[in-house]
Amino acid sequence: MEIILSFINDNIEMIYVIILSIILGIQVIESVPAVLHTPLMSGANAIHGVVIIGAIIIMGKADPSNTLALVLGFIAVVLGTLNVVGGFVVTDRMLEMFKKKSPKK
Amino acid sequence: MGTYTLEICYLIASICYIVGLKMMAGPKTARNGNLLAAGGMTLAIFATIFLYQYEIDNESKSLGNYYWVFGGIIVGTIAGWLAAKKVQMTAMPQMVSLFNGMGGACAALIALVEFPDALEHMHEHWNVLFMSTILCGLVIGSTSFSGSMIAYLKLNGNLKKDIRLPFYNIINTILIVGIIGLTICLAGGHIPDVNEFTFWAWILLAGATIYGIMFVLPIGGADMPVVISLLNSFTGMAAMFGGFLYNNMAMLTGGILVGSAGTILTVVMCRAMNRSLSNVIFGAFGTGGSAKAATSSGEQKSYKETNSSDLAVLLNYSSKVIIVPGYGLAVAQAQHVVNEMEQILNDRGVEVKYAIHPVAGRMPGHMNVLLAESNVEYEKLVEMDDINPEFSTCDVVIVLGANDVVNPAAKEDPSSPIYGMPILNVEDAKTTIVNKRSMNVGYAGIDNDLFYRDKTNMLFGDAKKVLTEIVGELKNL
Repeated sequence: MEIILSFINDNIEMIYVIILSIILGIQVIESVPAVLHTPLMSGANAIHGVVIIGAIIIMGKADPSNTLALVLGFIAVVLGTLNVVGGFVVTDRMLEMFKKKSPKK
Repeated sequence: MGTYTLEICYLIASICYIVGLKMMAGPKTARNGNLLAAGGMTLAIFATIFLYQYEIDNESKSLGNYYWVFGGIIVGTIAGWLAAKKVQMTAMPQMVSLFNGMGGACAALIALVEFPDALEHMHEHWNVLFMSTILCGLVIGSTSFSGSMIAYLKLNGNLKKDIRLPFYNIINTILIVGIIGLTICLAGGHIPDVNEFTFWAWILLAGATIYGIMFVLPIGGADMPVVISLLNSFTGMAAMFGGFLYNNMAMLTGGILVGSAGTILTVVMCRAMNRSLSNVIFGAFGTGGSAKAATSSGEQKSYKETNSSDLAVLLNYSSKVIIVPGYGLAVAQAQHVVNEMEQILNDRGVEVKYAIHPVAGRMPGHMNVLLAESNVEYEKLVEMDDINPEFSTCDVVIVLGANDVVNPAAKEDPSSPIYGMPILNVEDAKTTIVNKRSMNVGYAGIDNDLFYRDKTNMLFGDAKKVLTEIVGELKNL
């Protein structure tokens, strides 16, 4: 019990961030019309590409003599970038189509 | 100084994601929302490259290996950009799945590089929390990767069958229990020997990868989008564990946001199909139904056939027409011809509307994207609940390559696997025209009673070809 309480106490800021972010995520999605589900899923998909930050950190920290870390890190950076760039571009293409209609109306 | 600026950059980036995602929830602001989120991401990435500091031997250092980092970013950007620009709108679901898998793999690779370092540092003092974070990233990331790849192959048509090993539910349960057990065992520091630990960590990676494959393989039919959405939230969680690992706020907020938003989106999709999430994962869609379809095909039922010139005349003298577009329309690339037909009918005073089922196409909202691409007006796309009462007042319904979403079995036959799924009540219309390439079953693999009804006329052929003929006939009338 003591351990759990002290753990919560030590990480209280982190716990705030987590809980508030979860609520935010739920709030954001709940009001979305079905029409926008696909673009939204794709947009969310691009946002989790933020893992690339982790890839950049391991890449940047890697000892230049540690080939394995360099190679794995490089692949991770490439894959992360693919996720981010591909995700945002695809989402933009989808949303572009919705936009074109409004001036015509 | 640099570290302070970095934290502020992360704060701005997090706000960008949240506001961007919120803006994406409305049709008018959606595009700017996406750009805002992308801007936040760019800021976070470059701030990390130039401002991130780490401690080594009580000395803080900036990141190095710039050639490698930028090389990777350039390769990824070019490849991602080209892939995203070239992909057909119909192939969008598998593309999202593919990008999702990339993110998962990235998270798994991070964990893979980090754990030997962590092991070294933990000789004296074992940090359970830190190790669990790494291992969770490894497990969730690799599951998400392999699952997304299978989903990609399935949607792309490379993997057509839903493969079900005997007792796959039991095998999957054993796998997941094993993975969780091994994770707890490793994170708890019960295997202190470095070599042994590494060996088991690789086993864990293999197990999680296999689980991803086993998890998606048996799922098929209309449930695929739900799986993609679920895997999407998995990758979000993997990113979140990365955020814990580096105490990185941008990763943390981004990851959690996607994790929770993805989970809710999954639930919303399930609700649209009137299925529970556990049903999707453990239920193996269509097992009962396909057996039933096989038995019922024994008795030959009769259906009526029509042709495009008759249909053109019929349409010309109708006052209200509702079009029900399905995936077949998208595959045939017939969106533009539909729009052309709609214009002609409109000019002749025929009211034309589109009835959009929530899961028409391969993902919720997929059909709207496809029709929007061919300049169909946003206002003409009517959602299911609004259009259903209108079917009884319309003269002709044209079902273009849709099947399961108009199957009356969902309302009438409790033994049908899709029973309870809300459908479009096309059978209420005076005449229903169903365009299909053949009498084959739809994506869910079940027979459709609608085709044999008195008011239904079948029009066989590729949607684009048939529609082009109709447009030609209409012009001559």
